[in-house]
Amino acid sequence: MATRSGPRIGERPAVRRSLLAIVLVLAALILVAPLVVIFVQAFSAGFGAFARTIGEPDTLHAAGLTVLTALIAVPVNTAFGIAAAWAVTKFDFPLKRLLIIVIEIPFSVSPIVAGVAYLFVYGLQGLFGDALQSADLKILFALPGIVLASMFVTAPFVARELIPLMQAQGRDLEEAAASLGAGGLRTFLRVTLPNIRWALLYGVVLCNARVMGEFGAVSVVSGNVRGQTNTLPLHIELLYHDYDTAGAFAAATILTVLALVTLVLKVWLERRGAGRRTRRPAAPAAGEVAVPSLPASGLAR
Amino acid sequence: MKTLLALGLALTAAIAVPAAPAAAAEPTTILNASYDISRELFATIDKAFVAKVKADKGTDVTVDQSHAGSSKQARAILEGLEADVVTFNQVTDVEALVKGGFVAADWQGKFPDNASPYYSLPAFLVRAGNPKNIRNWDDLVRDDVKVVFPNPKTSGNARYTYLAATAFAREAYGNDEAKVKEFVKKLFDNVPVFDTGGRGATTTFVEREIGDVLITFEAETRGIAKEFGEDKFQTVVPPVSLLAEFPVAIVDRVADKRGSRPLAQSYLDFLYSPEGQTLIAGNGNRVRDKDVVAKFASSFPKVRLLKVEDVFGGWQKIQAEHFASGGTLDELYGDR
Repeated sequence: MATRSGPRIGERPAVRRSLLAIVLVLAALILVAPLVVIFVQAFSAGFGAFARTIGEPDTLHAAGLTVLTALIAVPVNTAFGIAAAWAVTKFDFPLKRLLIIVIEIPFSVSPIVAGVAYLFVYGLQGLFGDALQSADLKILFALPGIVLASMFVTAPFVARELIPLMQAQGRDLEEAAASLGAGGLRTFLRVTLPNIRWALLYGVVLCNARVMGEFGAVSVVSGNVRGQTNTLPLHIELLYHDYDTAGAFAAATILTVLALVTLVLKVWLERRGAGRRTRRPAAPAAGEVAVPSLPASGLAR
Repeated sequence: MKTLLALGLALTAAIAVPAAPAAAAEPTTILNASYDISRELFATIDKAFVAKVKADKGTDVTVDQSHAGSSKQARAILEGLEADVVTFNQVTDVEALVKGGFVAADWQGKFPDNASPYYSLPAFLVRAGNPKNIRNWDDLVRDDVKVVFPNPKTSGNARYTYLAATAFAREAYGNDEAKVKEFVKKLFDNVPVFDTGGRGATTTFVEREIGDVLITFEAETRGIAKEFGEDKFQTVVPPVSLLAEFPVAIVDRVADKRGSRPLAQSYLDFLYSPEGQTLIAGNGNRVRDKDVVAKFASSFPKVRLLKVEDVFGGWQKIQAEHFASGGTLDELYGDR
């Protein structure tokens, strides 16, 4: 559709340079400046004060709790994501589209709504309130509630990374493996997993970043007991509201460093080819169109 | 699918840690659910209380702290947060616990002074030297004065400001309701930006340098000056303001379940002791104990405090007349 009436936008140097300048200025204002401010503010009272705030038991506990939450939530969501993506892309079953929609619900629901929903289910006045009370099980305002809320918010991350890739890859290899006599587990471990490992890691990294940074949903179900149920993001808010600016920024540096590590991992994984949607030139028949040669259930032997 | 379900259930059970068993022995830990900006105050108090119990009885006890907006705290307790005591900044939030059956209806009679061991009042924070010469509530409606406080529709703190201004106007205009409303409306007109909470309003005033005066609790004006530079700001206590009580209560349902009532009782009693009162006064709040008041007399300028009950006839009436949807606040606040 190329026309020859004059240069396109961006071909004139003046336009190109000013567009570039706008992007750079915006990036500096929106991304770089806040990041710099975090570190400047954290060290504003000197390195000694910074070390003292970081070393405070409540701050350390908050960091530990955040890591512990990630250690539970991320593996569970990884297993869930793989199972969901495997089911959706390698099998046909009724209500498949519904399952895909359900998996994506946490993306469209505000985290605070998720938190409140957990209150209505597991709270004392909630659906299971009496049952939990009589069993003396504490879900909300304790670690389980925090983990559950984090898991809800990050449930789609791994599946979302895997589904497009596995759809593009199709079922040919799995079907070949099945026809050669490989069982379901063996097919998964030897055929599917090697093909998806980078995308899987990429999903895990994103999921982890989100679990550690989650504020809204956790804020509702945490109970904010410092030294017990305050995660790092909640602890930062607490310090900030308490006019402990240096403390808040010092705690924020921990979270920022965690995020930067995640970012480096992400870039490295992208270099390895994850995050790109189509790695294999997919056969025209690939995707959701079922190849009728072999009943899909044959894979699940 | 069945295995998956079983796995899920097993996992849920595994991560659901059993709550502390209703022990025969008296628990040595209590949880104090408090409002969002009291962290420093209770950090000092808890430390002193723990030391005192150790000295008196030789036992080691722990006081855990939870901090959030006090309405959010009330909600969390209703949903199962096992706080043994509450130290709130809104009477209405304790009333919510009464309604839920967690606190006895006569809680205000169980501790001295309406179960409010300390109190504060809406006061002014102005820029150093008080360049606009702001002394009293009627200075706030001058054309050359810009006022900062949070949105009274979302902030309990700002509701006190709204009520204090209304109480002042009622006195000044002899209960002429039209003039009172005009006064409060003019006050709202002088606010360039309404933040949702106290912290946001502070940022607007201190860091964005908007406005000539910030209205918040007296105790907080001192905290802000301490954090952002005492040479840059000063507290102005108007000659008349509204009494803001900071109610405390034992959460009966939790204390009885856990058997923690004795410890909870002695913790709240400690707030009324000379030692507790001294710590609270040092934090900028006004206290009840006569000797402590005398000791801190120079930090707390004289002020005539109006009571919510006397001016407005109690919190329930305020809720219905002022804060309910379509009430006086909505009318005056308008479509901002």
